[in-house]
Amino acid sequence: MSGLPHRAAPFGRPAPSRPLVPDAAAPRRRARASQDRILTVEGLSLGFGGAVAFAGIDLAVAAGEIHAIIGPNGAGKSSLINAISGLYAPQAGRVRIGEASFARVPAGRLAALGVARTFQNLALFKSLNVVENILSGLAGARRAGLAAHVLGLPAARREAAEHRTRAEAVIDLLQLGAFRARAAGSLPYGLQKRVELARALVAKPRLLLLDEPMAGMSAAEKAEMSGFILAARETFGTAIVLIEHDIGVVMRLSDTITVLDHGRRIATGTPTEIQANPAVIAAYLGADDEEDETEGEVKAA
Amino acid sequence: MATALPLDLARPRRTGAAGILLLLALAYGLVPLLGTGYLFEAILTPFLALALAGLGLNLLTGYAGLLSLGSAAFMAVGAYAAFNLSLRLPGLPLPATILLAGLVAAAVGAVAGLPALRLRGFYLAVSTLAVQFFVAWALNRIGWLSNDSPSGIVAAPRLEVAGLSFDDARGRYLFSLTVVAVLTFLAWRLVRSPTGRNLVAIRDHETAARIVGVKVARTKLLAFALSSFIVGIAGVLWAFAYLRTVEPAGFNLDRSFQILFIVIIGGLGTLRGAFLGAGFIVVLPLVLSRLGAAALGDGFDSGTLEMVQRIVLGALIVAVLIREPAGLAALLDRALNHALRRVRPRS
Repeated sequence: MSGLPHRAAPFGRPAPSRPLVPDAAAPRRRARASQDRILTVEGLSLGFGGAVAFAGIDLAVAAGEIHAIIGPNGAGKSSLINAISGLYAPQAGRVRIGEASFARVPAGRLAALGVARTFQNLALFKSLNVVENILSGLAGARRAGLAAHVLGLPAARREAAEHRTRAEAVIDLLQLGAFRARAAGSLPYGLQKRVELARALVAKPRLLLLDEPMAGMSAAEKAEMSGFILAARETFGTAIVLIEHDIGVVMRLSDTITVLDHGRRIATGTPTEIQANPAVIAAYLGADDEEDETEGEVKAA
Repeated sequence: MATALPLDLARPRRTGAAGILLLLALAYGLVPLLGTGYLFEAILTPFLALALAGLGLNLLTGYAGLLSLGSAAFMAVGAYAAFNLSLRLPGLPLPATILLAGLVAAAVGAVAGLPALRLRGFYLAVSTLAVQFFVAWALNRIGWLSNDSPSGIVAAPRLEVAGLSFDDARGRYLFSLTVVAVLTFLAWRLVRSPTGRNLVAIRDHETAARIVGVKVARTKLLAFALSSFIVGIAGVLWAFAYLRTVEPAGFNLDRSFQILFIVIIGGLGTLRGAFLGAGFIVVLPLVLSRLGAAALGDGFDSGTLEMVQRIVLGALIVAVLIREPAGLAALLDRALNHALRRVRPRS
């Protein structure tokens, strides 16, 4: 793939502002990846009735890596995230999270496995305030029992104080201080997205699944959110699987990109590799411009 | 309905604490001094029992979002459990009897909550309705539960704790007040605890709650158990302190609906809502009968009162659901905030 000539970005966007990783770095990255891989998806397939959501998907995410999943609408990106987080039951394949391997990931154990996620459509606890929403991200980390909390026993008070400190750290990181006591449902859309990220981050997950964290945002909001995602990786060393439609954002943020089209993985590689990949270009041209659809399919084939 | 804020951080905490202390001082200090037997027996004691039942149901329906039409059944379980405990274990002190009766109701509640693991909303409500009818049937069929009394009606034991008698009207009021105050404090601690947060999380977004690590099934059963514990003890107060008899008719489906209306009118997902709603439900018939007597004279008999009461209550519930889904609690908050804003800048 690296043998392909480097082409101008086919996505109608400026070239990535981040310095491009030279090819020499790629082997080193892969070596590290195989040592501490956090997520491995092998041959995962999912269909609803007769419709195939995705089929035979392989994916590998290393600790601390930002791995974007891109593809046209209906490519199966969200379904893949939902299958990885146990909301959908795949018909074939396995998902390995850390050392544990599953045919169907138990959604209720996700937090204990060190996985957190956000949702494409907001999934906040809208009548709880911002602090409470973020604290609820620590539900899986709770050790003191109900009686200890109701009676205010020392163990419960220590735990509450510790959780409060952790929540405040995330509030500082994502600059949510001014909205602490606001009900989450009363906040504007962009802030709700940020609170959801905060709720996912507070548990310091090893793996964070972000399903379109910037959908519907302005350019300025996207830049801000990109900064928060990078800061989150920096601070907690979290590996991030990111679904995002804005290719400019994806190129700037990602270490690795996987491209899905019609439920199939058509490419995986560094941003540079993906930009140069003919199958990807075909899929995107085909999906972006309906008149060119047949032409795109011919190229992809 | 889901917009009620369980923890209102915007309101200064000190004002709230001062308000509660003031209310307690009035309830323990002034009211027993000035109150009449009628006030204690016909208004305050039933108010306290119903408020406690509303508080218990609110944990389940208001906080966890699980609709129940079986509150009266859990009250009955509590009342009959307390009756049997005091009958069959004569040496047991009254507080222990009440605690154990609450635990029996909690156990029945947890079993009744099992369908909640699969059902929601309307379907769950119907399954709790089955509990209501099952308990009524069991109390009629199993004579042992009412000590083989042919009518199912039995006299409640005397209210005595450590040699102190609470058997007069004022005593029964003070006894109820104490039980309600203790349980309300514990419920307040509960809704502010991580468990309280989990209840609301399940109500607002069950999938997200599961993903962040809330044990959804366990928490739902816990909500049923905790709610039934409180509702069961409310049943003990209703039978022992208010009616002074234990009878199945006191815990029929009408009572279940009454408690649900208390919670809806008072405010779902708030603790004070149960008290406001119960106060409203207890005072409404009195106000209506006065108004009716003044307007119609002798033509306004108890049958008419009953009918007017139902019509007014029904209309009010519709009005509340449309105009103020957060109930009287939200109205009160707005009035208080308004008053505080007027006072604060000058002080």
